[in-house]
Amino acid sequence: MLRFALRRLALLVPVLFGLSILLFVWIRALPGDPARSLLGERATPAGIKQIRELYGFDKPLLEQYWAYLGQLVRLDFGSSIRDGRPVTETFFEQFPATVELALFAILFAVVLGIPLGYAAARRRGEAVDGAVITGSLLGVVVPVFFLAILLKLVFAIRLDWFPTSSRQDPRIDATHITNFYVLDGLLTREFDASWDALVHLVLPAVALGTIPLAIIVRITRASVSEVLSEDYVRTADAKGLHPAVVRRRHVLRNAMLPVLTTIGLQVGLLLSGAVLTETVFSFNGIGSYLFDAISQRDYPVLQGYILFIALIYSLVNLAVDLGYGLFDPRVRVS
Amino acid sequence: MRLPLTRAGRGRRAVSLVAAGALAVGAAGCAESERSSGGGSGSGESGGSFVFAGSAEPVTLDPFYASDGESFRVARQIFEGLVGTKPGTADPAPLLAESWERSEDGLTTTFKLREGVQFSDGTDFNAEAVCFNFDRWYNTPTGIAQSEDLSYYYGKTFRGFAKGKNTDGIYESCEATGDLEAVVTLTDPFAGFIAALSLPAFSMQSPTALEKYSVPAGKDPRKGEYANKFPTGTGPFVLGSWDKGSKVTLERNDDYWGEKAKVDQAIVVAIADPGARRDALISGDVDGFDLVGPADISKLEEEGMTIANRDAFNVLYLGFNQARKPLDNKQVREAIAHAVNKEEVVSASLPEGTEPATQFMPELVNSYSEDVKTYEYDPELAKQMLADAGQSDLTLEFNYPTEISRPYMPSPEATFNVLRSQLKAVGITVKPTADQWEDYLGVTTGTSKHGIHLLGWTGDYNDADNFLGVFFGTKTQEWGFDNPELFQALTEARGLSTVDEQVTAYKQISEDVMEFLPGIPLASPVPSLAFAPDVQGYEPSPVNDEVWNGVTVEK
Repeated sequence: MLRFALRRLALLVPVLFGLSILLFVWIRALPGDPARSLLGERATPAGIKQIRELYGFDKPLLEQYWAYLGQLVRLDFGSSIRDGRPVTETFFEQFPATVELALFAILFAVVLGIPLGYAAARRRGEAVDGAVITGSLLGVVVPVFFLAILLKLVFAIRLDWFPTSSRQDPRIDATHITNFYVLDGLLTREFDASWDALVHLVLPAVALGTIPLAIIVRITRASVSEVLSEDYVRTADAKGLHPAVVRRRHVLRNAMLPVLTTIGLQVGLLLSGAVLTETVFSFNGIGSYLFDAISQRDYPVLQGYILFIALIYSLVNLAVDLGYGLFDPRVRVS
Repeated sequence: MRLPLTRAGRGRRAVSLVAAGALAVGAAGCAESERSSGGGSGSGESGGSFVFAGSAEPVTLDPFYASDGESFRVARQIFEGLVGTKPGTADPAPLLAESWERSEDGLTTTFKLREGVQFSDGTDFNAEAVCFNFDRWYNTPTGIAQSEDLSYYYGKTFRGFAKGKNTDGIYESCEATGDLEAVVTLTDPFAGFIAALSLPAFSMQSPTALEKYSVPAGKDPRKGEYANKFPTGTGPFVLGSWDKGSKVTLERNDDYWGEKAKVDQAIVVAIADPGARRDALISGDVDGFDLVGPADISKLEEEGMTIANRDAFNVLYLGFNQARKPLDNKQVREAIAHAVNKEEVVSASLPEGTEPATQFMPELVNSYSEDVKTYEYDPELAKQMLADAGQSDLTLEFNYPTEISRPYMPSPEATFNVLRSQLKAVGITVKPTADQWEDYLGVTTGTSKHGIHLLGWTGDYNDADNFLGVFFGTKTQEWGFDNPELFQALTEARGLSTVDEQVTAYKQISEDVMEFLPGIPLASPVPSLAFAPDVQGYEPSPVNDEVWNGVTVEK
């Protein structure tokens, strides 16, 4: 397993190298000019020239890429053109917000999705199954931004049950250690701060978790249905095993493999969905910063953030592959 | 002391209990934290906190290196300049300088400073501190610090530095001739000098703090400790903390020389989307916000919120690119001017209270002229003039930006649609070209590949050069004309030594410009702020010189 993990990690190097070239060219192929975006309406030609020289945008593309690669090798991802802050610093400052949001979204999807999918499979063809199928279909087709706006309109504005924006009430003077606000509140015993962060997470997490929830429901239902019709389940039932043991040891454990793969694949979806969700809820994670970087053509931020996201996505998928072995001893990664 | 629950907080409590039930179990019975909180009784009338939402995070808290409104919003609470503005106007007024006297040749200004003022680090504000600041600006290190996005206002106002590519500036020296008297000498007259000093970029900063937390020359000054943790001025607030990506917390400066702030804390948060700012105010997450979308005003009023308008200090115009034929034909430009019904443009696409514009500057600017040539709405005359010019079946490319809202152009798509139908009514076929903002700026200001277009400008201080000079000071691709007489007149007007001389000169230039008609000034839209009903004492300023020491929030 260790060799497998190391080989996969080594493969990441050419993948990221290739991606860095693609990103570099693609971002520069976008219309617009970071210097003009920075200086606004009354940018003078001299001012634009100065900025281009300062950031090396006036140099040939190959030379620019070579310099960028030199930086990357030293793990220097450059600094934002807009505010001069190092990309690595802002990324790791904001990343906990996105991870916290994604974790709660996936938690919401898993905690609700697996029991619902399981119940639908057990009562296949009954009303419960129909309701779950219809609901999950709706969940898959509804766009994230639409759902986010709808949730905000109903639960934050009309009913005033939840806040409309940000990660924490600005009036709360909370101490931040890890930048995972819920965790920070627990660590510092500032429980009201933790509570407040949790309340702020509810709507964005539901908005972001709805598509994964719908997919998990469908995969669980299909997978459980398939396992339920297997001979070994029938045998286990026939030999008089307690239904709970059959359910846990034979059905769920075997049905979980495709579900686990799905959850792993959702990470990419969650990170891209986070851009929209964070924007709607003014949730200051990597998504909203990336959104601003696109509109401002902030090349270093765009390149650095997308590379980081790709790296994280790959690592999560590797973790999922390694996790198979835990659920099914027959699967041996090699 | 703990924070009292906010209005929104009280409303949400029941659901929060359900939503976060698991955590509640863990939290129950645990001791309260001992950290401080923003609530509590201060020495002011209201105490508590004032939470304000802007559209973005500040870029830096060292205002000299800032040119964005959000950095200036925070800087105005922490810092003060020698010159401020009269409340509710753009006119210069004494602030840290009690008075000033200018020599007849306009080169020397003697500032008499306010007595008994200290920086928030306890050091004295005096003539030496003033000269330290002037010399600091002049000696801005070469490289990134001198780039146009950092020291923009110094570059525009003083036009050069001690070292670097551009040393042809107008600053000569600053001398402390007494503890409370500083004499600033320029190499060339600049009548707008006093008005320009009201910009936050020229705030007085503590020499001690600047030296202690300075950034080595050549490094990005925005990254230093000073600009992030220790900005030190003489204003009614001091920086509590800048929680990056979240909020800037300002604490009341109890040693402030003037009227002390009534709230204990002012908190500035960034909410990029105007609709999200509106929702945050309605639900009680914030107490006020800037850049209200015109379409949101009635909704906010229905919800019991207060709308405050700033007097307009901007102008929106329809520009002509004279590099494109037949826009170089004055008769065609005049015909288009007669085809445009500004009243309709205002009523259909701009906020209530907006007045149509007659020239390329708002009425508040001291050189505003009552005698400019105006072009009445007369579609029949427009058709006739087009026919006379041989352009009866004229087709024009019309560039406009999408998905952007600027204070002078809140809804460009709506403005474009009104203008298109008006031009169509006189037989002009419009070929629309829509671009996103950054691309739009590139096309309209960086190339000649555009036709008629929407653009504008929000002024920074009361000086016509800040409008006419910005638009027509030199040959540009946006306008596509070469008018050396106009360029020369603007250069000369800028160098006049007294404001009176300058006002006369700029009025004449404004009249000449409206004869020449490089574009059609459409309107000066009124920017709006919105507040919760319990917020009092916020004074809107046309140049955003809004200091929050008078603000109260009754909870």
